[in-house]
Amino acid sequence: MHRIEIEHLTKHYGEKLVLDDVNLALANHEVVCLIGASGSGKSTLLRCINDLVEFDAGTVRIDGVSIHDPQFARSELYKRVGIVFQAYNLFPHMTVLDNITLAPRRVHRTPRVEHEAYAHELLSLFGLDGYARSYPEQLSGGQQQRVAIIRAMANRPDVLMLDEVTAALDPELIGGVLAVIKDLRKQGMTMLIVTHEMSFARDVADRVCFLDGGRILEEAPPETLFSKPEHQRTRQFLQRIIEAGRL
Amino acid sequence: MSRRPAPPRRAGRPLRARDKYLPPLISITSVLVAVFLIRTVVVRAEQWPRIKAQFFSLEAIIEVFPDVLGGFAINMTVWAISLVVIAIWALVLAVFRSLTGPWLAPLRVFSIVYIDLLRGLPSLLLVLLFGFGIPALQIPGLPRSSLFWGATAMVMSYSAYAAEVYRSGIDAVHDGQRAAAKALGLSQWQTLWHAILPQAIRNVIPSLLNLAVALQKDVALLSVLGVRDAVREAQIYTARTFNYSSLIAAAALFLAATIPMARLTDYITKRDRERRLQRTA
Ligand SMILES: Nc1ncnc2c1ncn2[C@@H]1O[C@H](COP(=O)(O)OP(=O)(O)OP(=O)(O)O)[C@@H](O)[C@H]1O
Ligand SMILES: [Mg+2]
Repeated sequence: MHRIEIEHLTKHYGEKLVLDDVNLALANHEVVCLIGASGSGKSTLLRCINDLVEFDAGTVRIDGVSIHDPQFARSELYKRVGIVFQAYNLFPHMTVLDNITLAPRRVHRTPRVEHEAYAHELLSLFGLDGYARSYPEQLSGGQQQRVAIIRAMANRPDVLMLDEVTAALDPELIGGVLAVIKDLRKQGMTMLIVTHEMSFARDVADRVCFLDGGRILEEAPPETLFSKPEHQRTRQFLQRIIEAGRL
Repeated sequence: MSRRPAPPRRAGRPLRARDKYLPPLISITSVLVAVFLIRTVVVRAEQWPRIKAQFFSLEAIIEVFPDVLGGFAINMTVWAISLVVIAIWALVLAVFRSLTGPWLAPLRVFSIVYIDLLRGLPSLLLVLLFGFGIPALQIPGLPRSSLFWGATAMVMSYSAYAAEVYRSGIDAVHDGQRAAAKALGLSQWQTLWHAILPQAIRNVIPSLLNLAVALQKDVALLSVLGVRDAVREAQIYTARTFNYSSLIAAAALFLAATIPMARLTDYITKRDRERRLQRTA
Protein backbone atom coordinates (compact mmCIF):
# COMPACT_ATOMS: atom_id res chain seq x y z
CA MET A 1 0.00 0.00 0.00
CA HIS A 2 1.15 3.51 -0.74
CA ARG A 3 1.83 6.09 1.94
CA ILE A 4 0.29 8.81 -0.18
CA GLU A 5 -1.93 8.36 -3.19
CA ILE A 6 -3.21 11.30 -5.20
CA GLU A 7 -5.79 10.66 -7.89
CA HIS A 8 -7.27 13.09 -10.39
CA LEU A 9 -6.56 16.03 -8.14
CA THR A 10 -7.97 19.22 -9.62
CA LYS A 11 -8.00 22.70 -8.17
CA HIS A 12 -8.95 26.16 -9.34
CA TYR A 13 -8.17 29.50 -7.81
CA GLY A 14 -11.14 31.45 -9.10
CA GLU A 15 -11.15 30.87 -12.83
CA LYS A 16 -7.54 29.77 -12.96
CA LEU A 17 -6.83 26.06 -13.19
CA VAL A 18 -3.92 25.48 -10.84
CA LEU A 19 -3.85 21.68 -10.55
CA ASP A 20 -5.05 19.70 -13.53
CA ASP A 21 -5.77 16.00 -12.95
CA VAL A 22 -2.67 15.28 -10.88
CA ASN A 23 -1.89 11.63 -10.14
CA LEU A 24 0.98 10.74 -7.88
CA ALA A 25 1.82 8.00 -5.40
CA LEU A 26 4.55 7.69 -2.81
CA ALA A 27 5.57 4.32 -1.41
CA ASN A 28 6.89 3.99 2.10
CA HIS A 29 10.48 5.30 2.45
CA GLU A 30 10.29 6.82 -0.99
CA VAL A 31 11.66 10.28 -1.70
CA VAL A 32 10.05 12.21 -4.54
CA CYS A 33 11.17 15.61 -5.74
CA LEU A 34 8.78 18.02 -7.43
CA ILE A 35 10.32 20.43 -9.87
CA GLY A 36 8.71 23.00 -12.11
CA ALA A 37 8.59 26.66 -12.98
CA SER A 38 7.26 29.29 -10.61
CA GLY A 39 3.47 29.20 -10.57
CA SER A 40 3.24 25.63 -11.84
CA GLY A 41 1.33 24.57 -8.74
CA LYS A 42 3.98 22.85 -6.60
CA SER A 43 3.10 24.56 -3.32
CA THR A 44 -0.59 24.20 -3.99
CA LEU A 45 -0.17 20.46 -4.46
CA LEU A 46 1.55 20.10 -1.08
CA ARG A 47 -1.11 22.22 0.60
CA CYS A 48 -3.86 20.07 -0.87
CA ILE A 49 -2.27 16.92 0.47
CA ASN A 50 -2.49 18.02 4.08
CA ASP A 51 -5.76 19.88 3.71
CA LEU A 52 -4.43 23.39 4.14
CA VAL A 53 -6.41 24.35 1.04
CA GLU A 54 -9.49 22.71 -0.40
CA PHE A 55 -9.54 21.18 -3.85
CA ASP A 56 -12.36 20.78 -6.38
CA ALA A 57 -12.10 17.17 -7.43
CA GLY A 58 -10.04 14.04 -6.91
CA THR A 59 -8.88 12.18 -3.83
CA VAL A 60 -5.91 12.22 -1.54
CA ARG A 61 -5.36 9.04 0.44
CA ILE A 62 -2.95 8.53 3.28
CA ASP A 63 -2.26 4.84 3.95
CA GLY A 64 -5.30 4.00 1.89
CA VAL A 65 -7.78 6.28 3.69
CA SER A 66 -9.09 9.45 2.06
CA ILE A 67 -8.25 12.59 4.03
CA HIS A 68 -11.92 13.53 3.74
CA ASP A 69 -13.08 10.26 5.25
CA PRO A 70 -15.00 11.13 8.45
CA GLN A 71 -13.00 8.39 10.19
CA PHE A 72 -9.81 10.28 9.48
CA ALA A 73 -9.37 12.68 12.38
CA ARG A 74 -7.77 15.97 11.45
CA SER A 75 -5.20 15.75 14.20
CA GLU A 76 -4.29 12.31 12.86
CA LEU A 77 -3.69 13.74 9.39
CA TYR A 78 -1.37 16.44 10.69
CA LYS A 79 0.39 13.93 12.88
CA ARG A 80 1.15 11.66 9.93
CA VAL A 81 2.00 14.30 7.35
CA GLY A 82 4.33 17.11 8.34
CA ILE A 83 5.11 20.15 6.20
CA VAL A 84 7.92 22.68 6.24
CA PHE A 85 7.49 26.01 4.49
CA GLN A 86 9.91 28.13 2.58
CA ALA A 87 9.57 31.03 5.04
CA TYR A 88 10.11 28.77 8.13
CA ASN A 89 7.04 30.30 9.84
CA LEU A 90 8.42 29.73 13.32
CA PHE A 91 6.44 31.36 16.12
CA PRO A 92 8.53 34.40 17.06
CA HIS A 93 7.14 34.69 20.59
CA MET A 94 8.16 31.18 21.59
CA THR A 95 11.55 29.69 22.32
CA VAL A 96 12.94 27.10 19.95
CA LEU A 97 11.96 24.37 22.40
CA ASP A 98 8.40 25.68 22.77
CA ASN A 99 8.06 25.90 18.99
CA ILE A 100 9.11 22.28 18.67
CA THR A 101 6.98 20.95 21.51
CA LEU A 102 3.84 22.98 20.81
CA ALA A 103 1.99 20.25 18.92
CA PRO A 104 3.13 17.40 21.18
CA ARG A 105 2.03 19.46 24.18
CA ARG A 106 -1.28 20.80 22.91
CA VAL A 107 -2.44 18.37 20.26
CA HIS A 108 -1.03 14.97 21.10
CA ARG A 109 -0.56 15.59 24.82
CA THR A 110 2.41 13.29 25.16
CA PRO A 111 4.23 13.28 28.50
CA ARG A 112 6.54 16.24 28.90
CA VAL A 113 9.69 14.24 29.63
CA GLU A 114 9.11 12.26 26.49
CA HIS A 115 8.63 15.09 24.00
CA GLU A 116 11.31 17.27 25.55
CA ALA A 117 13.80 14.43 25.36
CA TYR A 118 12.88 13.88 21.72
CA ALA A 119 13.19 17.60 20.98
CA HIS A 120 16.67 17.72 22.48
CA GLU A 121 17.61 14.58 20.60
CA LEU A 122 16.57 16.14 17.29
CA LEU A 123 18.27 19.43 18.14
CA SER A 124 21.58 17.73 18.72
CA LEU A 125 21.12 15.51 15.68
CA PHE A 126 20.70 18.63 13.54
CA GLY A 127 23.60 20.49 15.11
CA LEU A 128 21.53 22.85 17.22
CA ASP A 129 22.68 21.85 20.69
CA GLY A 130 22.32 24.71 23.14
CA TYR A 131 19.71 26.64 21.14
CA ALA A 132 16.64 25.22 22.91
CA ARG A 133 16.12 28.38 24.97
CA SER A 134 16.85 30.85 22.16
CA TYR A 135 14.18 32.73 20.28
CA PRO A 136 13.89 32.28 16.50
CA GLU A 137 15.09 35.83 15.81
CA GLN A 138 18.38 35.02 17.51
CA LEU A 139 19.11 32.28 14.96
CA SER A 140 20.47 32.43 11.43
CA GLY A 141 18.14 31.60 8.54
CA GLY A 142 19.67 28.18 8.13
CA GLN A 143 19.28 27.44 11.82
CA GLN A 144 15.68 28.63 11.76
CA GLN A 145 14.90 26.39 8.84
CA ARG A 146 16.43 23.42 10.65
CA VAL A 147 14.26 24.23 13.66
CA ALA A 148 11.24 24.31 11.35
CA ILE A 149 12.15 20.84 10.10
CA ILE A 150 12.59 19.62 13.66
CA ARG A 151 9.23 21.11 14.59
CA ALA A 152 7.58 19.11 11.83
CA MET A 153 9.53 16.03 12.94
CA ALA A 154 8.44 16.37 16.56
CA ASN A 155 5.00 14.99 15.65
CA ARG A 156 6.83 11.86 14.45
CA PRO A 157 5.19 12.06 11.01
CA ASP A 158 5.25 9.21 8.52
CA VAL A 159 5.64 11.63 5.64
CA LEU A 160 7.45 14.93 5.48
CA MET A 161 6.71 17.53 2.81
CA LEU A 162 9.32 20.20 2.23
CA ASP A 163 8.44 23.29 0.19
CA GLU A 164 11.54 25.01 -1.20
CA VAL A 165 13.14 24.92 2.21
CA THR A 166 16.39 26.39 0.98
CA ALA A 167 15.01 29.09 -1.31
CA ALA A 168 15.18 31.86 1.30
CA LEU A 169 18.68 30.98 2.48
CA ASP A 170 22.06 32.47 1.70
CA PRO A 171 24.15 30.06 -0.36
CA GLU A 172 26.52 29.23 2.49
CA LEU A 173 23.61 28.15 4.70
CA ILE A 174 21.94 25.85 2.18
CA GLY A 175 24.39 22.97 2.64
CA GLY A 176 23.56 22.48 6.31
CA VAL A 177 19.85 22.20 5.63
CA LEU A 178 20.29 19.84 2.68
CA ALA A 179 22.57 17.65 4.80
CA VAL A 180 19.78 17.35 7.36
CA ILE A 181 17.34 16.22 4.68
CA LYS A 182 19.79 13.64 3.35
CA ASP A 183 20.10 12.38 6.90
CA LEU A 184 16.34 11.99 7.14
CA ARG A 185 16.39 9.98 3.94
CA LYS A 186 18.94 7.62 5.44
CA GLN A 187 16.59 7.07 8.35
CA GLY A 188 13.90 6.01 5.93
CA MET A 189 11.64 9.06 6.06
CA THR A 190 9.11 9.23 3.24
CA MET A 191 9.45 12.67 1.69
CA LEU A 192 7.88 14.85 -0.96
CA ILE A 193 10.28 17.67 -1.71
CA VAL A 194 9.76 20.80 -3.78
CA THR A 195 13.14 22.11 -4.77
CA HIS A 196 15.07 24.20 -7.25
CA GLU A 197 18.35 22.55 -6.24
CA MET A 198 18.73 20.08 -9.07
CA SER A 199 21.98 18.52 -7.87
CA PHE A 200 20.34 17.93 -4.53
CA ALA A 201 17.31 16.38 -6.24
CA ARG A 202 19.63 14.11 -8.15
CA ASP A 203 21.30 12.98 -4.90
CA VAL A 204 18.27 12.49 -2.78
CA ALA A 205 15.31 11.57 -5.01
CA ASP A 206 14.07 8.16 -6.00
CA ARG A 207 11.87 9.87 -8.54
CA VAL A 208 11.57 13.35 -9.89
CA CYS A 209 8.26 14.80 -11.09
CA PHE A 210 8.17 17.72 -13.46
CA LEU A 211 5.08 19.83 -12.89
CA ASP A 212 4.02 22.14 -15.70
CA GLY A 213 0.89 24.25 -15.72
CA GLY A 214 -0.70 22.14 -13.00
CA ARG A 215 -0.01 18.78 -14.68
CA ILE A 216 2.65 16.22 -13.94
CA LEU A 217 4.21 16.16 -17.37
CA GLU A 218 7.01 13.77 -16.71
CA GLU A 219 7.96 11.44 -13.90
CA ALA A 220 11.19 9.42 -13.82
CA PRO A 221 14.23 8.52 -11.73
CA PRO A 222 16.55 11.52 -11.57
CA GLU A 223 19.26 10.05 -13.84
CA THR A 224 16.70 9.49 -16.57
CA LEU A 225 14.82 12.73 -16.20
CA PHE A 226 17.89 14.93 -16.05
CA SER A 227 19.82 13.20 -18.85
CA LYS A 228 17.05 12.07 -21.22
CA PRO A 229 13.94 14.17 -20.64
CA GLU A 230 11.10 13.07 -22.87
CA HIS A 231 9.21 16.29 -23.26
CA GLN A 232 10.23 19.44 -24.99
CA ARG A 233 9.02 21.54 -22.05
CA THR A 234 11.06 19.54 -19.56
CA ARG A 235 14.12 20.08 -21.71
CA GLN A 236 13.44 23.81 -21.86
CA PHE A 237 12.99 24.01 -18.10
CA LEU A 238 16.20 22.09 -17.43
CA GLN A 239 18.01 24.22 -19.98
CA ARG A 240 16.99 27.36 -18.11
CA ILE A 241 18.10 25.83 -14.84
CA ILE A 242 21.48 24.95 -16.32
CA GLU A 243 21.86 28.47 -17.60
CA ALA A 244 21.07 29.75 -14.12
CA GLY A 245 23.92 27.55 -12.90
CA ARG A 246 21.95 25.28 -10.64
CA LEU A 247 22.57 21.86 -12.17
CA MET B 1 17.42 55.54 34.18
CA SER B 2 20.25 53.32 33.07
CA ARG B 3 23.78 54.45 33.70
CA ARG B 4 25.14 53.11 30.44
CA PRO B 5 26.46 55.88 28.20
CA ALA B 6 24.24 56.48 25.19
CA PRO B 7 25.74 55.22 21.94
CA PRO B 8 27.22 57.94 19.73
CA ARG B 9 24.83 59.44 17.18
CA ARG B 10 27.21 58.95 14.31
CA ALA B 11 30.15 56.62 14.03
CA GLY B 12 33.45 58.44 14.48
CA ARG B 13 31.89 61.57 15.92
CA PRO B 14 31.75 61.46 19.70
CA LEU B 15 28.94 63.31 21.44
CA ARG B 16 30.34 66.58 22.69
CA ALA B 17 29.19 68.19 25.92
CA ARG B 18 27.66 70.99 23.86
CA ASP B 19 25.44 68.53 21.97
CA LYS B 20 24.43 66.93 25.19
CA TYR B 21 23.43 69.88 27.34
CA LEU B 22 22.51 72.65 24.93
CA PRO B 23 19.31 71.16 23.41
CA PRO B 24 17.57 70.42 26.74
CA LEU B 25 18.67 73.82 28.01
CA ILE B 26 17.12 75.52 24.98
CA SER B 27 13.89 73.54 25.45
CA ILE B 28 13.55 74.50 29.08
CA THR B 29 14.41 78.15 28.44
CA SER B 30 11.86 78.47 25.65
CA VAL B 31 9.13 76.96 27.81
CA LEU B 32 9.96 79.37 30.62
CA VAL B 33 9.99 82.34 28.27
CA ALA B 34 6.64 81.34 26.82
CA VAL B 35 5.11 80.95 30.26
CA PHE B 36 6.53 84.32 31.31
CA LEU B 37 5.15 86.06 28.22
CA ILE B 38 1.69 84.58 28.62
CA ARG B 39 1.73 85.47 32.28
CA THR B 40 2.69 89.06 31.61
CA VAL B 41 -0.06 89.46 29.06
CA VAL B 42 -2.65 87.80 31.25
CA VAL B 43 -1.62 89.58 34.42
CA ARG B 44 -1.72 92.96 32.71
CA ALA B 45 -5.26 92.30 31.51
CA GLU B 46 -7.79 94.57 33.12
CA GLN B 47 -9.91 91.75 34.48
CA TRP B 48 -6.98 89.77 35.85
CA PRO B 49 -7.45 90.47 39.56
CA ARG B 50 -11.06 89.35 39.38
CA ILE B 51 -10.22 86.26 37.31
CA LYS B 52 -7.41 85.45 39.69
CA ALA B 53 -9.67 85.51 42.69
CA GLN B 54 -12.33 83.50 40.93
CA PHE B 55 -10.20 80.82 39.26
CA PHE B 56 -6.91 80.71 41.09
CA SER B 57 -7.81 81.34 44.67
CA LEU B 58 -5.45 79.26 46.78
CA GLU B 59 -7.79 79.29 49.79
CA ALA B 60 -10.65 77.99 47.68
CA ILE B 61 -8.46 75.27 46.20
CA ILE B 62 -7.28 74.18 49.63
CA GLU B 63 -10.81 74.20 50.96
CA VAL B 64 -12.28 72.15 48.13
CA PHE B 65 -9.34 69.83 47.59
CA PRO B 66 -10.42 66.97 49.91
CA ASP B 67 -13.84 66.78 48.23
CA VAL B 68 -12.44 66.90 44.72
CA LEU B 69 -9.81 64.33 45.64
CA GLY B 70 -12.52 62.06 47.01
CA GLY B 71 -14.41 62.46 43.75
CA PHE B 72 -11.23 61.78 41.81
CA ALA B 73 -10.86 58.48 43.66
CA ILE B 74 -14.17 57.49 42.07
CA ASN B 75 -12.86 58.49 38.63
CA MET B 76 -9.76 56.39 39.10
CA THR B 77 -11.64 53.40 40.48
CA VAL B 78 -14.12 53.42 37.61
CA TRP B 79 -11.21 53.85 35.20
CA ALA B 80 -9.22 50.95 36.58
CA ILE B 81 -12.13 48.53 36.68
CA SER B 82 -13.33 49.59 33.23
CA LEU B 83 -9.84 49.04 31.79
CA VAL B 84 -9.82 45.44 32.87
CA VAL B 85 -13.33 44.76 31.59
CA ILE B 86 -12.64 46.54 28.28
CA ALA B 87 -9.37 44.67 27.73
CA ILE B 88 -11.16 41.34 28.06
CA TRP B 89 -14.48 42.13 26.38
CA ALA B 90 -12.87 43.84 23.40
CA LEU B 91 -10.60 40.84 22.91
CA VAL B 92 -13.62 38.55 22.91
CA LEU B 93 -15.29 40.78 20.29
CA ALA B 94 -12.18 40.83 18.13
CA VAL B 95 -11.84 37.06 18.33
CA PHE B 96 -15.50 36.62 17.39
CA ARG B 97 -14.94 38.83 14.43
CA SER B 98 -11.91 36.92 13.20
CA LEU B 99 -13.57 33.51 13.35
CA THR B 100 -14.09 31.59 10.14
CA GLY B 101 -16.50 28.80 9.37
CA PRO B 102 -20.25 28.79 8.72
CA TRP B 103 -21.25 27.71 12.22
CA LEU B 104 -19.52 30.63 13.81
CA ALA B 105 -21.19 33.19 11.57
CA PRO B 106 -23.65 34.34 14.31
CA LEU B 107 -20.77 35.33 16.56
CA ARG B 108 -19.07 37.11 13.70
CA VAL B 109 -22.22 39.01 12.78
CA PHE B 110 -22.89 39.91 16.41
CA SER B 111 -19.44 41.37 16.73
CA ILE B 112 -19.71 43.40 13.51
CA VAL B 113 -23.11 44.83 14.44
CA TYR B 114 -21.98 45.61 17.97
CA ILE B 115 -18.87 47.43 16.84
CA ASP B 116 -20.70 49.40 14.15
CA LEU B 117 -23.45 50.51 16.53
CA LEU B 118 -21.29 51.45 19.45
CA ARG B 119 -18.67 53.26 17.46
CA GLY B 120 -21.42 55.24 15.77
CA LEU B 121 -22.89 56.66 18.97
CA PRO B 122 -21.30 59.49 21.00
CA SER B 123 -20.15 58.22 24.39
CA LEU B 124 -22.01 61.03 26.12
CA LEU B 125 -25.27 59.94 24.53
CA LEU B 126 -24.71 56.35 25.61
CA VAL B 127 -23.87 57.42 29.15
CA LEU B 128 -27.08 59.44 29.37
CA LEU B 129 -29.20 56.68 27.85
CA PHE B 130 -27.81 53.98 30.08
CA GLY B 131 -27.33 56.01 33.24
CA PHE B 132 -30.83 57.51 33.28
CA GLY B 133 -32.73 55.04 31.12
CA ILE B 134 -31.95 51.65 32.61
CA PRO B 135 -32.41 52.57 36.30
CA ALA B 136 -35.72 54.22 35.36
CA LEU B 137 -36.95 50.94 33.92
CA GLN B 138 -36.75 49.47 37.43
CA ILE B 139 -36.18 45.97 36.16
CA PRO B 140 -36.07 43.67 39.17
CA GLY B 141 -32.72 42.04 39.73
CA LEU B 142 -30.73 44.68 37.85
CA PRO B 143 -28.66 47.26 39.71
CA ARG B 144 -30.32 50.70 39.94
CA SER B 145 -27.12 52.68 40.33
CA SER B 146 -26.59 55.20 37.57
CA LEU B 147 -22.86 55.05 38.29
CA PHE B 148 -22.94 51.35 37.41
CA TRP B 149 -24.89 51.88 34.19
CA GLY B 150 -22.92 54.93 33.17
CA ALA B 151 -19.70 53.00 33.61
CA THR B 152 -21.22 50.13 31.64
CA ALA B 153 -21.95 52.53 28.80
CA MET B 154 -18.34 53.72 28.81
CA VAL B 155 -17.09 50.14 28.80
CA MET B 156 -19.36 49.17 25.91
CA SER B 157 -18.40 52.18 23.86
CA TYR B 158 -14.65 51.88 24.44
CA SER B 159 -14.75 48.13 23.86
CA ALA B 160 -15.88 48.75 20.29
CA TYR B 161 -12.77 50.85 19.65
CA ALA B 162 -10.47 48.50 21.49
CA ALA B 163 -11.90 45.55 19.55
CA GLU B 164 -10.94 47.25 16.30
CA VAL B 165 -7.46 47.83 17.64
CA TYR B 166 -7.14 44.16 18.56
CA ARG B 167 -8.46 43.19 15.15
CA SER B 168 -5.87 45.25 13.35
CA GLY B 169 -3.29 43.40 15.44
CA ILE B 170 -4.76 40.02 14.52
CA ASP B 171 -4.85 40.93 10.83
CA ALA B 172 -1.24 42.07 10.96
CA VAL B 173 0.01 38.63 11.99
CA HIS B 174 1.38 36.98 8.89
CA ASP B 175 -0.79 34.32 7.23
CA GLY B 176 2.07 31.86 7.35
CA GLN B 177 1.70 31.71 11.12
CA ARG B 178 -1.84 30.39 10.77
CA ALA B 179 -0.81 27.89 8.13
CA ALA B 180 2.06 26.70 10.30
CA ALA B 181 -0.17 26.23 13.33
CA LYS B 182 -2.80 24.42 11.33
CA ALA B 183 -0.22 22.19 9.71
CA LEU B 184 0.95 21.18 13.19
CA GLY B 185 -2.59 20.03 13.95
CA LEU B 186 -3.75 22.91 16.15
CA SER B 187 -7.48 23.65 16.11
CA GLN B 188 -8.79 27.07 15.18
CA TRP B 189 -8.99 28.06 18.86
CA GLN B 190 -5.57 26.69 19.66
CA THR B 191 -4.13 28.51 16.68
CA LEU B 192 -5.59 31.78 17.89
CA TRP B 193 -4.64 31.27 21.50
CA HIS B 194 -1.11 29.95 21.13
CA ALA B 195 0.07 31.39 17.83
CA ILE B 196 -1.89 34.46 16.78
CA LEU B 197 -3.09 36.35 19.86
CA PRO B 198 0.23 36.57 21.70
CA GLN B 199 1.74 38.28 18.66
CA ALA B 200 -1.33 40.39 17.93
CA ILE B 201 -1.64 41.69 21.49
CA ARG B 202 2.02 42.53 21.72
CA ASN B 203 1.71 44.54 18.52
CA VAL B 204 -1.22 46.65 19.71
CA ILE B 205 -0.23 47.41 23.29
CA PRO B 206 0.85 50.98 22.43
CA SER B 207 -2.51 51.70 20.73
CA LEU B 208 -4.42 50.18 23.63
CA LEU B 209 -2.51 52.35 26.08
CA ASN B 210 -3.52 55.39 24.05
CA LEU B 211 -7.13 54.40 24.49
CA ALA B 212 -6.51 53.96 28.21
CA VAL B 213 -5.27 57.54 28.43
CA ALA B 214 -8.36 58.79 26.60
CA LEU B 215 -10.62 56.80 28.91
CA GLN B 216 -8.89 58.21 31.95
CA LYS B 217 -10.37 61.64 31.27
CA ASP B 218 -13.57 60.51 29.57
CA VAL B 219 -14.62 58.88 32.82
CA ALA B 220 -15.54 62.44 33.85
CA LEU B 221 -18.55 62.10 31.53
CA LEU B 222 -20.22 60.20 34.35
CA SER B 223 -20.59 63.51 36.19
CA VAL B 224 -23.60 64.27 33.97
CA LEU B 225 -25.42 61.49 35.79
CA GLY B 226 -24.90 63.18 39.12
CA VAL B 227 -22.14 60.79 40.10
CA ARG B 228 -20.02 62.70 42.61
CA ASP B 229 -16.73 62.37 40.79
CA ALA B 230 -14.03 65.04 40.72
CA VAL B 231 -15.78 67.21 38.14
CA ARG B 232 -19.13 67.00 39.90
CA GLU B 233 -17.59 67.88 43.26
CA ALA B 234 -15.91 70.86 41.66
CA GLN B 235 -19.19 71.99 40.13
CA ILE B 236 -21.00 71.64 43.43
CA TYR B 237 -18.45 73.89 45.06
CA THR B 238 -18.76 76.39 42.23
CA ALA B 239 -22.52 76.47 42.53
CA ARG B 240 -22.26 77.11 46.26
CA THR B 241 -19.52 79.76 46.28
CA PHE B 242 -19.45 81.20 42.76
CA ASN B 243 -15.75 80.45 42.80
CA TYR B 244 -14.29 78.40 39.94
CA SER B 245 -10.98 77.48 41.55
CA SER B 246 -12.37 74.03 42.29
CA LEU B 247 -12.31 73.33 38.54
CA ILE B 248 -8.62 74.16 38.48
CA ALA B 249 -8.11 71.69 41.31
CA ALA B 250 -9.89 69.00 39.34
CA ALA B 251 -7.93 69.86 36.21
CA ALA B 252 -4.66 69.53 38.11
CA LEU B 253 -5.66 66.09 39.37
CA PHE B 254 -6.53 64.86 35.88
CA LEU B 255 -3.24 66.12 34.51
CA ALA B 256 -1.37 64.48 37.37
CA ALA B 257 -2.90 61.17 36.31
CA THR B 258 -2.85 61.39 32.50
CA ILE B 259 0.58 62.88 31.94
CA PRO B 260 2.46 59.99 33.59
CA MET B 261 0.23 57.59 31.62
CA ALA B 262 1.10 59.38 28.40
CA ARG B 263 4.81 59.25 29.23
CA LEU B 264 4.53 55.54 30.00
CA THR B 265 2.77 54.96 26.69
CA ASP B 266 5.49 56.81 24.82
CA TYR B 267 8.16 54.84 26.61
CA ILE B 268 6.53 51.51 25.83
CA THR B 269 5.90 52.48 22.21
CA LYS B 270 9.50 53.48 21.79
CA ARG B 271 10.81 50.31 23.35
CA ASP B 272 8.49 48.32 21.15
CA ARG B 273 9.70 50.05 18.01
CA GLU B 274 13.31 49.48 18.94
CA ARG B 275 12.58 45.81 19.47
CA ARG B 276 11.02 45.58 16.02
CA LEU B 277 13.87 47.42 14.35
CA GLN B 278 16.26 45.01 16.00
CA ARG B 279 14.30 42.08 14.68
CA THR B 280 14.23 43.28 11.08
CA ALA B 281 17.90 44.27 11.17
N1 LIG C 1 -4.18 31.99 -2.37
C1 LIG C 1 -4.19 32.07 -3.72
N2 LIG C 1 -5.16 32.76 -4.36
C2 LIG C 1 -5.18 32.84 -5.69
N3 LIG C 1 -4.29 32.27 -6.50
C3 LIG C 1 -3.29 31.58 -5.95
C4 LIG C 1 -3.19 31.43 -4.52
N4 LIG C 1 -2.10 30.69 -4.25
C5 LIG C 1 -1.56 30.38 -5.44
N5 LIG C 1 -2.26 30.90 -6.46
C6 LIG C 1 -1.97 30.75 -7.90
O1 LIG C 1 -1.85 29.37 -8.16
C7 LIG C 1 -0.78 29.13 -9.03
C8 LIG C 1 0.15 28.10 -8.43
O2 LIG C 1 0.75 28.64 -7.29
P1 LIG C 1 1.80 27.83 -6.43
O3 LIG C 1 2.14 28.65 -5.25
O4 LIG C 1 1.29 26.46 -6.17
O5 LIG C 1 3.03 27.76 -7.43
P2 LIG C 1 4.48 27.17 -7.16
O6 LIG C 1 4.71 26.16 -8.21
O7 LIG C 1 4.64 26.78 -5.77
O8 LIG C 1 5.37 28.44 -7.50
P3 LIG C 1 6.74 28.93 -6.79
O9 LIG C 1 7.84 28.11 -7.35
O10 LIG C 1 6.84 30.36 -7.21
O11 LIG C 1 6.55 28.75 -5.32
C9 LIG C 1 -0.11 30.45 -9.30
O12 LIG C 1 -0.53 30.91 -10.57
C10 LIG C 1 -0.63 31.35 -8.24
O13 LIG C 1 -0.80 32.64 -8.77
MG1 LIG D 1 5.75 27.54 -4.09
